[in-house]
Amino acid sequence: MSAAPPLLEMRGITKRFPGVLANDAVDFNLEAGEVHTLLGENGAGKSTLMKILYGMYRAEAGEVFLRGQRVVIDSPSAAIEHGIGMIHQHFMLVPPLTVTENVALGLQSSRRPLTDLPTVANRIRELSETYGLRVNPDAPLWQLAVGERQRVEILKALYREATVLVMDEPTAVLTPQEVDELIVVLRRMAADGRGLVFISHKLHEVMAVSDRITVLRDGRVTGETTPANTDRAELARLMVGRPVQMVPDRPDVQPGEPLLEVTDLHVLSDRGDEAVAGMSFGVRAGEILGLAGVSGNGQSELAQAIAGLRPVQEGSVLIDGNDVTGQHPRRVRDAGLSYVPEERMRDGVIGMFSVAENLVLLNQGTEFSRRGFLRLGAMREHCRDLVERFAVKTPHIDVPTSNLSGGNIQKLILARELSAEPKVILAAQPTRGVDVGAAEYIHNRLVAQKAAGCATLLISEDLDEVLALSDRIGVMYEGRMMGVLDRAEATVERLGLWMAGVAGGAA
Amino acid sequence: MTPSLAALDIATVEVFAQARSGWSGFFTLATLVVTVASAIRLAAAYLIAAVGESVGQRSGVLNLGVDGVMLLGAFGAYYTMLQTGQPWYGLLVGLGVGSVMGLVYAFITVTLHAEQGISGIGIYLFGLGFSDLLFRQLVGTPLPIRGFDGLFDSTVPEGRLDIEYPDLYNHSLVIYLAFLLVPAVTLLVNRTTFGLNIRAVGDTPQAADSLGVSVARTRYGAILIGNTLAGAAGAVLALETTGIFIQNMTNGMGFIAVALVYFGAWRPLGVLAGSLLFSLVTSAVLQWQTLGILSGAAAQLTAMAPAAVTIIALVVVTHRIGAPSALTRPFRRGAEH
Repeated sequence: MSAAPPLLEMRGITKRFPGVLANDAVDFNLEAGEVHTLLGENGAGKSTLMKILYGMYRAEAGEVFLRGQRVVIDSPSAAIEHGIGMIHQHFMLVPPLTVTENVALGLQSSRRPLTDLPTVANRIRELSETYGLRVNPDAPLWQLAVGERQRVEILKALYREATVLVMDEPTAVLTPQEVDELIVVLRRMAADGRGLVFISHKLHEVMAVSDRITVLRDGRVTGETTPANTDRAELARLMVGRPVQMVPDRPDVQPGEPLLEVTDLHVLSDRGDEAVAGMSFGVRAGEILGLAGVSGNGQSELAQAIAGLRPVQEGSVLIDGNDVTGQHPRRVRDAGLSYVPEERMRDGVIGMFSVAENLVLLNQGTEFSRRGFLRLGAMREHCRDLVERFAVKTPHIDVPTSNLSGGNIQKLILARELSAEPKVILAAQPTRGVDVGAAEYIHNRLVAQKAAGCATLLISEDLDEVLALSDRIGVMYEGRMMGVLDRAEATVERLGLWMAGVAGGAA
Repeated sequence: MTPSLAALDIATVEVFAQARSGWSGFFTLATLVVTVASAIRLAAAYLIAAVGESVGQRSGVLNLGVDGVMLLGAFGAYYTMLQTGQPWYGLLVGLGVGSVMGLVYAFITVTLHAEQGISGIGIYLFGLGFSDLLFRQLVGTPLPIRGFDGLFDSTVPEGRLDIEYPDLYNHSLVIYLAFLLVPAVTLLVNRTTFGLNIRAVGDTPQAADSLGVSVARTRYGAILIGNTLAGAAGAVLALETTGIFIQNMTNGMGFIAVALVYFGAWRPLGVLAGSLLFSLVTSAVLQWQTLGILSGAAAQLTAMAPAAVTIIALVVVTHRIGAPSALTRPFRRGAEH
């Protein structure tokens, strides 16, 4: 510890939301020139702490000091004035505007009331040169790929001469190679005397990028350490509060007959362009096929098309030998498909329905109804059993489902889908936004289904998850399959290149 | 057509009295010129209201109350004209009434985060009822008023109407100002920092907020511009287009103005095109009725033509460019988006 006061110090920050203590007397400090990681599960209070720093939330208690001076930050503009920059998890960019306009937004113009975009564009070029952030200032933002958008976000902060830069889950949307490039940029910015706060829950990145790590759990600091003095297992334990099995044991199952066969599938996106452009693959009984790729490369459309929720333009989908191409979702399910959708609140559950009602959504016309009336007794018994078997944490089965945490909603969906005894499981981003404990549980459940002879298609942008669960791994890029590898042959480098659209290597 | 539009131009009717009836009467140079000239004058009111509304919508706020604000502006201008005899005072009052309504609407939708569709309908109903109430209490029977002078009235010699068609350009200054709004608002939206803020706030308010742009202040400003111009549009309708005030004289013009914003894909130039198209159709239909080309039920049906043309054009056009993404969505800092 240096004798000079730290660049940033937050002391005793407390923030309450209705029913939740999001930050409980949190202390956090940041030195100039360091990358300090805030590690924790979703809901641990990382983003809340940083939104307080950026003036988006107001803390009930606690103080913020910059270079030893107490400051009050009650709005984002006050934060910007104090040299605090923030790159939000959901980018704060305006798609119809150009890169330059996005950067110029909120700045004083030298030609008021008119804008002075040429000056801004020149400064952007200088900054992108200095930090290796390639971007065309004149391009409209909506044309840019995700990685480029992130560069625009960084440029916005650099343009405003931020000395404290907060990055909220910046790697979530990047390919492994882009992550490496980002780490180089972060290092360069820190070397210039800035302090960087890096928010993440991906342990290997945290180990690679951090100078210091502070772990939060349930709104409290549970540990502060450095990469040299810790390992991933310890970090996971600090995050979750108990030892975590990082990779599930994968039983050795001999794959059987192909249960899901997709042939030359073509599907349109909402905008009418071809989101899936000729995908072919099969998944056999007792096998998990992992489909990796940066989100937005047609994975959502592929999943919806298989589940019967989106029209198929060309090609076919066979489940256990039955052609279900373009069939009603009900028919697809009858053929043996269970579907864990990517947008769980939109496609997975009905938020205002109770836990019990959501659990029997698939059971229309079965033992739970008689002449159009629900048999509530039988229904409740069934639901209590499922809630228990799938460890769904809920006060009782009549609470509105939207009150549950993301992880518990996902377990609820899994309970409903797996109790249908499927032949094929289509799991899209099954652990996105889910806490580590629930993710561990979901992973074990999927692996158990494999042992039971299910064919599982796992679509995920989390490469660690794909590597941990899959028997074979494919990569989807711009609607096409870049290639499929056996788990034993798959490396992060090879998959990363495919995710970036670089073909090559023997497949 | 509505009484207000029937009163469009007394000179027009006189021209037709002498003209041949039927289609051949319509396709004479004089008649076509008069048709176009009255379309230009009619377009001005639509243009002012719709260009103003486009500013509000670019900031993410839909105002379905334009028609009500126009009625209030029309009455304010009309009453001022009766009292003072000064059309410019009338226009000023129209602007003032519009900005007061703008403050009210901004307070409801921005400060109180109210649902915009319902709030707008409330503003409309208030304008409709209150303008009528004031009219009954303060005026009673409609008296025609004389509006603005044409710019070239003194320079055009009598009796040379057929040769130079001065109707095409001899409008009052307000008509010219209305058309000047198109480049002015284009400049405002595309080239000023306020315009940049408007566009950002209308599409991704949380991004603008994170950069220290006040979403509330920007929307207040844009709403104020929109409503002030709606008040002005009403004033122009009373003072210039018709020279009278009667109950519900707009007859839905404010709603057409909202549709014209969509038609014009939120660009002032597009709104101009829509206003001209709509006014031309309206004006032509009116002439056909006057010339007896259409009569009875056919005339009534054709009166719907402008609305029909607008709807068809809307369906064709709105697939092209998307609306401001945050249109009708109130903004709260920290709320999920």
